[in-house]
Amino acid sequence: MAKANMDNNRCPMPTQEPSVRRNNFSEVALGYTEDMAIKEAERCLNCKNMPCVQGCPVNIRIPEFIAKVREGDFEGAYRIISESSSLPAVCGRVCPQEVQCESKCIRGIKGESVGIGRLERFVADWHNTFSEEEPTPVVSNGHRVAVVGSGPSGLTCAGDLAKRGYSVTVFEALHTAGGVLVYGIPEFRLPKSIVKKEVNTLKKLGVEIQTNVVIGKTLTIDELFAAGYEAVFIGSGAGLPSFMGIPGEGLNGVYSANEFLTRSNLMKAYLDDSDTPIMKGGRVAVVGGGNVAMDAARTALRLGAEKVYVVYRRSMDELPARREEVLHAEEEGIEFHLLANPVEIIGYRNETDPRDPKNGFVTAIKCIKMELGDPDERGRRRPVSIPGSEFTLDVDAVIISIGTTPNPLIKSTTEGLTVNSRGGIVINEEGLTSRYGIYAGGDAVTGAATVISAMGAGKLAAGSIDAMLSEKR
Amino acid sequence: MYKVIKKRVLNPTVVELHIEAPLVSAKARPGQFIILRVDEEGERIPLTVAGVNRSEGTVKIIYQIVGSTTKKLSLKEEGDHISDFVGPLGTATHLEGLRRVCIVGGGVGCAIAMPIAEALHEMGAEVTGIIGFRNRDLVILEDEFRAATDRLRIMTDDGSYGEHGNVTAPLAEMLSAGESFDMIITIGPLIMMKYVVATARPYGVPVTVSMNPIMIDGTGMCGGCRLTLNRGTERVTAFACVDGPDFNGYEVDFDEAMTRGRMYGSFERHAYEATCNLFSKEASENGKG
Repeated sequence: MAKANMDNNRCPMPTQEPSVRRNNFSEVALGYTEDMAIKEAERCLNCKNMPCVQGCPVNIRIPEFIAKVREGDFEGAYRIISESSSLPAVCGRVCPQEVQCESKCIRGIKGESVGIGRLERFVADWHNTFSEEEPTPVVSNGHRVAVVGSGPSGLTCAGDLAKRGYSVTVFEALHTAGGVLVYGIPEFRLPKSIVKKEVNTLKKLGVEIQTNVVIGKTLTIDELFAAGYEAVFIGSGAGLPSFMGIPGEGLNGVYSANEFLTRSNLMKAYLDDSDTPIMKGGRVAVVGGGNVAMDAARTALRLGAEKVYVVYRRSMDELPARREEVLHAEEEGIEFHLLANPVEIIGYRNETDPRDPKNGFVTAIKCIKMELGDPDERGRRRPVSIPGSEFTLDVDAVIISIGTTPNPLIKSTTEGLTVNSRGGIVINEEGLTSRYGIYAGGDAVTGAATVISAMGAGKLAAGSIDAMLSEKR
Repeated sequence: MYKVIKKRVLNPTVVELHIEAPLVSAKARPGQFIILRVDEEGERIPLTVAGVNRSEGTVKIIYQIVGSTTKKLSLKEEGDHISDFVGPLGTATHLEGLRRVCIVGGGVGCAIAMPIAEALHEMGAEVTGIIGFRNRDLVILEDEFRAATDRLRIMTDDGSYGEHGNVTAPLAEMLSAGESFDMIITIGPLIMMKYVVATARPYGVPVTVSMNPIMIDGTGMCGGCRLTLNRGTERVTAFACVDGPDFNGYEVDFDEAMTRGRMYGSFERHAYEATCNLFSKEASENGKG
């Protein structure tokens, strides 16, 4: 093998200038060129024990695909990735690689790890742009499987089963397939055209997608079995948003991140000619520190907010969002109030005129400063408020992004389905629920987590469903 | 795509559509709602199911033209299609065991109240109807209500039809005369429901209210439809789309719900005017052609 590129730093990712991108919804990271990709691929040492693969929830054979990139065989690289991942163009963009594959990279000890996510993205985009290879449906094995939800776990499960010859129908409650990939993650981080392409690839594999069907309402899981489906995978995702339970959360201008992002992404409120109302402009505070909080903050900025704050109760070290998104947010001018927790949202109230149209709208958020105390049962240092340290930020809108609880519709209409105290569906190590033939994965099981862990769960369940139905044959 | 099978204009601003949607038709019960989009770029709007025809596989919806989406919907004719129609969502109104019920409907809310009155009537319950409208021209579904109630009081704000006054007047009259109901079910503007609750409160009659605030996805995902319930000293956040749309009227914080209902008021008016302008422009251009 040719000598490795021993540069301790990665080939930088070309991005839109912060001052430009904060005013548009186009993708922030522009992607590697062929030369950049090959140069970065040359940094891989092709370790024999492949630590990176263990860091990948779907176990992509990383050194092998990178070797193909290095040879300039991009389609070959794509074939290797697509054996393990149904959504490579998505994962290359939204996976938290720094805590997964890249965290295990030997090159990371002395310098920066190999940009595995960037290379994955490059390969998937190259395939989507230049490849003429069409996926072809596998010969049917005659078995039918229903998948509930067309988010990352459902699409992965459906794709894996279709590749093994199953007839798969995906039921989606909304009018578009993609789940969180379309309603949650904004255009500037994951262009919707990419999700559409990935969904179309699955359709070409023979996966049928039925939109506008709410499982638990339009049809129940038992009706799916009665209709001839032999197994069901539940990937119904996150449900009701959590609120903080502080005064003022009912004021006008207080959103859950889900509502704010759904209005903008799915309902396209970000387009000038959209019918969907959303608040634009003004000052905005986003409460929370996850990827969803970053997405909400940066969306608010792009919708015209003059100032956007992120209020998070722990410090930057604990902030759970993907590192690159935090950096991008900071570059775009978003102001972080760390170690701070909201105690009250304050609204306008004209005591003399109850008909004043400004009544009931947010004017400020009152927060208290925090310090990190003793570690909790999960080992994270618990934030403790500092008495007397309250401060207020003048804002016109507050977006609450502190997580969600799993969707309640299915458990309430499926007898015998066990859920845990937080409403998550209980599964065993094979992805099987308390009921025979019903599998589950993703946020419906874990509560809010990442796209890739949901994909891993979909993949696991597909394997288990295949094993179960193979026995029947 | 979902086909418009039948269209009926009930009054100048209220339209009834029958939409072909067999899966929804098979399941929908009184009190539940659907979400629709008129076209590919449209807003998702929640509308309550006003009836079903299971043999035809259709769902009846009745709506008032209030914004740009309902304006666009009103331009759909029989044989046309709308792009999305999903449901049934929300929980059905609990009717089991009710023997004597008073249904209080206001304006287009009467369309939601009507299938509930019909279901109760079929169950053999004694149904009293009180329905209110601003004036004679806006009265809808009178014949249907007559058929589904044991007695019916029609009120208009200006006295141009039926009796002059608010729906709370006959309700107060009945309650003060010593009449009792197992349940009062009220559906209409928030302010009307607030006063129906206030009227019933001294008599301790249970009141069910149907909340219809802003909903987007209707599946319990976005939380846009949240409202606050007062339970003892506790304030509880609930979601109209999954916990409702029916709630115990004594618990609902109506003042907050009314303020939240105004959140997008100016935007909706703006979008509505923009849509109207678009259509008048198209109309005048077609006229020229």
